Amino acid sequence: MADAAAGQITNPGALGAAAPPAVDAALSLKFYKDMLLIRRFEEKAGQLYGMGLIGGFCHLYIGQEAVVVGMQALVGPKDQLITAYRDHGHMLASGMDPRGVMAELTGRSGGYSRGKGGSMHMFSREKNFYGGHGIVGAQVPIGTGLAFANRYRGDGAVSLTYFGDGAANQGQVYESFNMAELWKLPVVYIIENNQYAMGTAVSRASAETEFHRRGVSFNIPGEQADGMDVEAVYAAGHKAIEWCRAGKGPIILEMKTYRYRGHSMSDPAKYRSREEVQEVREKRDPIDHLGHKLIDRGTATADDLKAIDKEIRQVVNNAAEFASESPEPAPEELYTDVYA
Amino acid sequence: MASEILMPALSPTMEEGKLAKWLVKEGDEVRSGDILAEIETDKATMEFEAVDEGRIGKILVPEGTEGVKVNQPIATLLADGEDASAAVAHKTPPSPTRAESQGPARTEEGASATPPSRPAASDARSRGGKEKESVVAEVSAEPEVPEGTEFVTMTVREALRDAMAEEMRRDPDVFLMGEEVAQYQGAYKVSQGLLEEFGERRVIDTPITEHGFTGLGVGAGFAGLKPVVEFMTFNFAMQAIDQIINSAAKTRYMSGGQMHCPIVFRGPNGPASRVGAQHSQDYSSWYAHVPGVKVIAPYFAADAKGLLKAAIRDPNPVIFLENEIVYGRTFPVPKLDDFVLPIGKARVVKQGRDVTLVAHSICVGQILEAAEALAKEGIDAELIDLRTLRPLDTATVIESVKKTNRLVTVEQGWPICSIGSEVAAQVVAEAFDYLDAPPTKVTGKDVPMPYAANLEKLALPTVEDIVAAVKAVCYRS
Repeated sequence: MADAAAGQITNPGALGAAAPPAVDAALSLKFYKDMLLIRRFEEKAGQLYGMGLIGGFCHLYIGQEAVVVGMQALVGPKDQLITAYRDHGHMLASGMDPRGVMAELTGRSGGYSRGKGGSMHMFSREKNFYGGHGIVGAQVPIGTGLAFANRYRGDGAVSLTYFGDGAANQGQVYESFNMAELWKLPVVYIIENNQYAMGTAVSRASAETEFHRRGVSFNIPGEQADGMDVEAVYAAGHKAIEWCRAGKGPIILEMKTYRYRGHSMSDPAKYRSREEVQEVREKRDPIDHLGHKLIDRGTATADDLKAIDKEIRQVVNNAAEFASESPEPAPEELYTDVYA
Repeated sequence: MASEILMPALSPTMEEGKLAKWLVKEGDEVRSGDILAEIETDKATMEFEAVDEGRIGKILVPEGTEGVKVNQPIATLLADGEDASAAVAHKTPPSPTRAESQGPARTEEGASATPPSRPAASDARSRGGKEKESVVAEVSAEPEVPEGTEFVTMTVREALRDAMAEEMRRDPDVFLMGEEVAQYQGAYKVSQGLLEEFGERRVIDTPITEHGFTGLGVGAGFAGLKPVVEFMTFNFAMQAIDQIINSAAKTRYMSGGQMHCPIVFRGPNGPASRVGAQHSQDYSSWYAHVPGVKVIAPYFAADAKGLLKAAIRDPNPVIFLENEIVYGRTFPVPKLDDFVLPIGKARVVKQGRDVTLVAHSICVGQILEAAEALAKEGIDAELIDLRTLRPLDTATVIESVKKTNRLVTVEQGWPICSIGSEVAAQVVAEAFDYLDAPPTKVTGKDVPMPYAANLEKLALPTVEDIVAAVKAVCYRS
């Protein structure tokens, strides 16, 4: 059921058929590298979790890489990004240092929040990454507020506000939609529909499962894209960001995607079959899919891709090493950063 | 028999108003539903309807009169065949209005004998206004106020408005958002005139959507703006408490100091009058519990102004708890270009020897009254207005208790885990050997707020409760 739905795009091109910017060889290679970095990083995080180096909640992004990589390739220097707790991919895609992200996962002083935030609570002012939020849906009004600030200042920046199919049923999301359209705020609401809100399939929790239509009551247009295809994400994202920059207000992008791992590390994932996951992995994996294209187009050889993988594994191993060796925060850190 | 038409209460907290305009004249026949007059309060102008049939006999209060007390007779209504000299039947029930259908006016205020011409501006507040002023006169001036500074008399409402206006003039990143703050001029008229001066870009009416606009304000704060978010009352902020606590208060810590949220959440807190359980709650201790926010709850107009300006400039999220009943009270405010007070400093409102009375917000008015009553019995109370609840200035309280050896705390909030609980715990920990009696809390009762007038009165701390508590700790009965 879910895998079939995941592949079916019901309204391609709802925002019109504006020609997407060309994806040249350099950009498609960048897509590949960025997605692979997230994949390898998350695999390593899972490994460190298993070793007891990462504690608490840890939500892996494996399977969904194309969404954030395709979108973040479009942002300008002032555009902001905010998401929930499945956030490691968003941080890496916004250019944050894998070492600092991994060290935050291990709760060390070298982490982005000096070990005080953890997997779900990380930020980077430098990269305009506004978190990293642990409460389902809470990032949506905040992301709308970032857009409010953009409009207040008239600086042309756009807020990319990510949330999942589960959060899409939170009341505060619709409070935000209403204000965003009322005040024509430049915000792209990116609904990462990975088919399951924790253990609950979309159809068991949502009366309207076509999330791109969730803005209808607020006159917010929406479009669906194949979130397993980074070039499709890129094309849809381009139109959406242009929509916002033109002052037309908010817009919704539903990204049909899939997470391979459990909701968090402790999720036995009994709510779906092994075959379902396997099928998506084999037929629709965003990284394999792009890899085949790169080879078919002559952009890269299989050996080139192997070399990229090797290079990325090295980056991730370095991050893991840093995160294991970075000291724990000093006891004095307990009382810092409560107030300015 | 002729009856009296009484000055109506247009809101549960109204105590007096201006009879702006008569729409009937003596001799006019009126039917129920006819509009008799326009009444102006500091919040709004309302039309006032007849509830009985009859002929207007005598107009007792001419139009344009300010400071007309609720329930004061303003005209007589004649039955068939009577003339204006007919005797007036007393004990007429107060005339309900269609205004907010809040029921009869507060009877304890009674039909007052105050001449209707009494100017509103000089009214510190009807109940015990004079006595309070004499006590306030003992208060030493703020260190922030240079000697010889001129003081102007204004309401707390005006002081808050001025604070916002001054900060908005000073910093283009400061903006105000909330329900009815712009075109309506504020549900309690605190934002009066701000839309005209600053325009709709900076004074923003929101939909009724606390959770959403609070989060939106937090996001704007993260992005570097300085939002002032008005809650129509703090009761409605419960809808938004996740964004206040989880997003605004904790993010600096969770980000290792990278992100911050310079935001002010303000609005009336605590019981108003006769609005029942869901609209009558004191959130002081709720917010004071939370690391990452500052909490301010002033009483005097000068503190309201100086501390709101400080709150808007503060880089941390600040919860600014106002009080609907206090909005209309009038106090002197120093006439200074930029009067900013430090957050986190209590004030000794009156020096005393025998007992330390600690309060914040509206209860400061009550301890002032209690001190007056106690003075007549030879008990000299020291009065402390906490002003800020987080950080809590326990040093000032402890210093005082070391001198008086007795502590009574007063608040409208519930007794369990209250502000008084915390003050008492700190005093016991730091000044145990100085205490001659157990610290005592006077609080709201441990029940949801009842609607019935008599029960509501019982649910809230009274001046009599405070006097009794002080006598108990002084071992005088």
